Amino acid sequence: MKDLLGIESLDRREIEAILDRSRAFQARDNHKDILRGRMVVNLFFEASTRTRTSFEIAARRLGAEAVSITASASSVSKGESLVDTLNTLNAMRPDAIVMRHAASGAPHFLARHLTETPIVNAGDGTHEHPTQALLDARTILDRGMMLEGLRVAIIGDISHSRVARSNVYLLSKFGASIVLCGPAPLVPPELTALAPGVEIAHGIRDAIRDADVIMMLRVQLERQHEPAFPAGEYFQFYGLRLEHLELAKPRAIVMHPGPINRGREISSEVADSQRSAILNQVENGIAVRMAVLERILSAQREARSI
Amino acid sequence: MARLIVRGGRVIDPASGWDGDADVAIEDGKIAAVGKDLDASGAGQFDARGCIVAPGFIDMHVHLREPGFEHAETIETGSRAAAAGGFTSICPMPNTAPVNDNATVTRYITGQARRLAKVNVFPIGAITKGSMGEELASIGSMREAGAVAISDDGKPVMNARLMRRAMETAAAVGLPVIEHCEDLNLSAGGDMNEGVQSVRLGLRGIPAASEDVMVARDILLAELTGARFHVAHISSWRSVEMVKFAKSLGLSVTCEATPHHFALCDADMLPYDSNFKMKPPLRGRRDIETLVDGIVSGTVDSIATDHAPHPGSEKMQEFEQCPFGILGLETALGLALEKLVHSGRISLARMVALFTTGPARILNLDRGALRPGSPGDVTIFDTDRRWTYDVNRSLSKSRNTPFHGHEFTGGPVAAIVDGAVVWRLN
Repeated sequence: MKDLLGIESLDRREIEAILDRSRAFQARDNHKDILRGRMVVNLFFEASTRTRTSFEIAARRLGAEAVSITASASSVSKGESLVDTLNTLNAMRPDAIVMRHAASGAPHFLARHLTETPIVNAGDGTHEHPTQALLDARTILDRGMMLEGLRVAIIGDISHSRVARSNVYLLSKFGASIVLCGPAPLVPPELTALAPGVEIAHGIRDAIRDADVIMMLRVQLERQHEPAFPAGEYFQFYGLRLEHLELAKPRAIVMHPGPINRGREISSEVADSQRSAILNQVENGIAVRMAVLERILSAQREARSI
Repeated sequence: MARLIVRGGRVIDPASGWDGDADVAIEDGKIAAVGKDLDASGAGQFDARGCIVAPGFIDMHVHLREPGFEHAETIETGSRAAAAGGFTSICPMPNTAPVNDNATVTRYITGQARRLAKVNVFPIGAITKGSMGEELASIGSMREAGAVAISDDGKPVMNARLMRRAMETAAAVGLPVIEHCEDLNLSAGGDMNEGVQSVRLGLRGIPAASEDVMVARDILLAELTGARFHVAHISSWRSVEMVKFAKSLGLSVTCEATPHHFALCDADMLPYDSNFKMKPPLRGRRDIETLVDGIVSGTVDSIATDHAPHPGSEKMQEFEQCPFGILGLETALGLALEKLVHSGRISLARMVALFTTGPARILNLDRGALRPGSPGDVTIFDTDRRWTYDVNRSLSKSRNTPFHGHEFTGGPVAAIVDGAVVWRLN
C-alpha cells in the first residue's frame, strides 16, 4: 500500500490489519521508536482542526516529526497551482503527505504525479475520508459488535458526504447492511449502486428501526451550491432526538464525525447521552491514524530499500 | 496548368455512389475526372494503392482559439492538426476573444486562414453578441463575410424567445442554427455525467435531462420558425430519439456525433483525469448504444470532433477546476474506423458520408463530393495499418486527449486541399 486514497480500493485484509494494529495503539505505551526521524507533512487545503490535530498527534506518538500547513497561509493564495505546491513540498523530501482538499480526487490526481511520496487522503471534497471510516469501524468493534450482519443507519447529507461514502465501502466489505437517509435531493438513488447491502429510506424512523449503529452527518452547507432542500424543517424531519432511539436496537450507539451542530442534526440530549460514542470516535482517530502512518511509511521504507 | 492524379486507390464518393478502384484527376484546384487509367501526362502523381480515396473530410465543429487564446491553438496549428487527421475543411466555433459576433471578426478569421491555414476554414458566427444570450449578433453581415452557420456553442441560448428570433433571422438568410444543447440551470456546477459514476467519485453531475430539455425546446422552435436546426455533439439517448422523431415529422433537424461520445462512456474515465472532461460529458452505455444506432439508421448526419485544445497548465489541476474539452482532429478517423466500421456497424461508404456529404449538406458547402468542377479536396486513408497515437507528436498546440497511446487500425494517409497535398503520412 503506497498511498491511502480511499476505502473503495482496499481489500478486507488490509482494513483488518489496520484495525488490528490500531488496538495496540489505543494503549498509551511508548511507540516513539516506530517512526523516529521520519517526517510527515499535513497539507490542509481546507480548514479542519480535529483531523489535522489528530494526524499530528498520531505522527508524534510514533516519534515522527509533523509539520502542518494550511492552505490559506501557504503559496496557494499566491496563485500557485496544486501540482507546483506539491512539487515544491516534495522537493523537501517528506516521508509522507497527509492531505485534505475541497476538490474530490485531488489526492488521486497528485498520487499519479508524485509517484514516490506516499499520500494519505484526509478527506477529498465529497468523495472519501478513509481514516474516518476506519476509526468508525474501530469504535463499533470496541463496543463488542461484529461488522458482519450489523445494521447501520447513516442520516443526513449523504450526497456531499465523504464520511458516508467511505463508511458505505468499509461496512459493505464486511457484510453490514446500510440504510442511507436524508432529504431526497441529498440522497440520490445511485448511492445504492456503490456497494452491496445499501438501501435508501427517506423517513428517519424507517432508517433507525432495528439499527445497531446510527451515524449522524452534519449538513454541509458549505458544499451546497443551491438550496437543495427545505432547510427550515430539517431538524423536524432528520434531526435525531431521544424518542427515535427507542426504535433502534437496545444497545444501539450514536456516532457523528463532528463537528456536531446541536439542535440541527442532533439534539443535545442525544449527543450527551450514554448512547453517544462521539468522543470515543475522536480518541480512536489517533490510534487508527497511527496504524495508517506506520503501515504507509513502513511500506515506503521497504520500497526505498529495494 | 497544375495537375495531380491520385492513382490506384479505391475511390469512395457517397455523393455519386461510386465505390471502386479509380484514379482521381485534379486540375487547377478542381476535380477534373474520376475514372480508370486516367491520362497522367504532365501530372504529378500520388500513389494511393491500398488506400481509400474520398472527398475531403469536413469537421463542422472545432475550436481554433484564434483570436484571443493563441497559447492553446491558432488557426495555423489547428489547421495542421486537421490536415493530419485527414480533414480538408474545418468550421471554427465563435467562442474566441473577441467573440466572432460580427463581420470584422469573421473577416479576420477568414483572412488569417487564407494566409496561414493548411485547410479550408469556414467560420461559424455567434447567435448573440458576445454569446451573452441577450441581443442578436450581426447575423446577416457575418453570413456575407463567410460565416456558414450560427451558434453560441458552449453558451447555449437560454432565452427561448431570443432563440426563436435567432432562428427566424437565420432562416431568412439561409443559415443553419447550431446549438450546444444544455440547460445551464440543470447542469450548473456539474463536472461529469450524472449517474452512478459521478456519485461514486463525489463529482457533481450533469444530467442527460439538461441536454434533452434543450433539444426538445429547440426542435419545437425549429418547427415554429421553419429554421434549419442542428444539434451539436449529441450525447444522450433521449436526444437521439427526439431528433429521429423531428426528422419523421419532416423538420429540418440534424445532428452530429463526436468520436469520443461514441467511443467512451463515463465508466471508461480514468478517475479524476481531466483528459476525460468535456461537455456534454461522456454518458452511459445506453446512450452510446442509441447514439451508434442513430449513426447506423441515419438519425445522425455527421461526425464532428469538437476539437477543444487547452494548454497543459489548465488541464493539470483539480478535476473540478479544469476546463471542458479535448483534442479530436487527429483521432477522429481512427476512432470512426474502430468503433463503427471495423466493428461491423456501418460500411466504409457510410462513414465517408458522415465526414463529407453529411456536414456539406447541413452547411450548404460546395464540398464533400468528387464531382468534376468541385473543389479539389481529397482525403486519403487506409483501413488496416496499425499505429499508435502519440499526442506529444501532435500538430496541435495542446495535449489534452484521452487517446494518447491508443492503438488504431487504419487512419489518415494524406490530405489534399484545392489540388495541393497539404499533409501526408511520413
